[in-house]
Amino acid sequence: MKVAVIQFPGSNCDLDIFHVLRKVLHVETNLVWHKNFKGTDYDSAVLPGGFSYGDYLRAGIIAAHSPAMKHVKEMAKEGKPIIGICNGFQILIESGLLPGALLRNQGTAFICKWVKIRNETSNTPFTKTIRKGAVLDIPIAHAEGRYVNEHDGLRELNENEQIVFRYVDNQGKISENSNPNGSMDSIAGICSLERNILGLMPHPERASETILSPFSDSDGLGILSSLAQI
Amino acid sequence: MPQFTIEVIIENKKMARDPEGETIAKELITRGGFSKVKSVRAGKYLRLVVEADNEVQAQQIVTDMANTLRIFNPVVHTCSIRIKSEAD
Repeated sequence: MKVAVIQFPGSNCDLDIFHVLRKVLHVETNLVWHKNFKGTDYDSAVLPGGFSYGDYLRAGIIAAHSPAMKHVKEMAKEGKPIIGICNGFQILIESGLLPGALLRNQGTAFICKWVKIRNETSNTPFTKTIRKGAVLDIPIAHAEGRYVNEHDGLRELNENEQIVFRYVDNQGKISENSNPNGSMDSIAGICSLERNILGLMPHPERASETILSPFSDSDGLGILSSLAQI
Repeated sequence: MPQFTIEVIIENKKMARDPEGETIAKELITRGGFSKVKSVRAGKYLRLVVEADNEVQAQQIVTDMANTLRIFNPVVHTCSIRIKSEAD
């Protein structure tokens, strides 16, 4: 397994995910500048968090037109696993690889805090080792993370079991208070119809070592460890 | 070739709440005493200078651009494209 972490101008979680993949999970991983990225060289690609192109116009839209994304689309078609975290999720949405939109948080603030998310399906390459219904401690850090889709779009996501993570409270239940950004249906992460593309707003790379967690757990590691096993 | 100024305005559709507009309306305008202002929708404004034979062609170029490059996300946004008049 060889993974590329694609760096765009303004990516700033690239080194964190690189560290977890290479040093914690011992996965062969390269940091690749977006202009130099070739999909044929890799088995998987990670689009890291950050503020690509300063979030100008709309978070993720400019990076979505990078030549690297043509390669990512090709990889996705071949069934290779692709993960977009935070700004990476925004890029996947804006490049049309995942449906819907990520708009400014309800409440307008940039939110940086630990939240709880519930795994809604083990039927993805990224969550196959995580029990359905498991509640994970994980941090979010974003201003534009409110997932929005049309009525039919949401229905399709539900019917096709594409909603992978939802924000929940301490009891693992969905409530108004447990939804930090106003996402429709409390959506924190979704996958593609073919299930090999995952986009999520929370940061698993910041929750992959016990020393970094206020709860002394490493709940994000399960999502990323899937890349070590593919 | 003549140049034309085209305005592009991107707004959230009604189904997508607009917290920025809501906050401006509630915390600034209503609180500031302008209670006749009943709602605000915030959006994004782009002003483009386009070379074209005429206004219609200029507008068409920008429409093509907006659709091709996804200047707006059709799931949640409306996009209006209009000619800016000489007087402006």
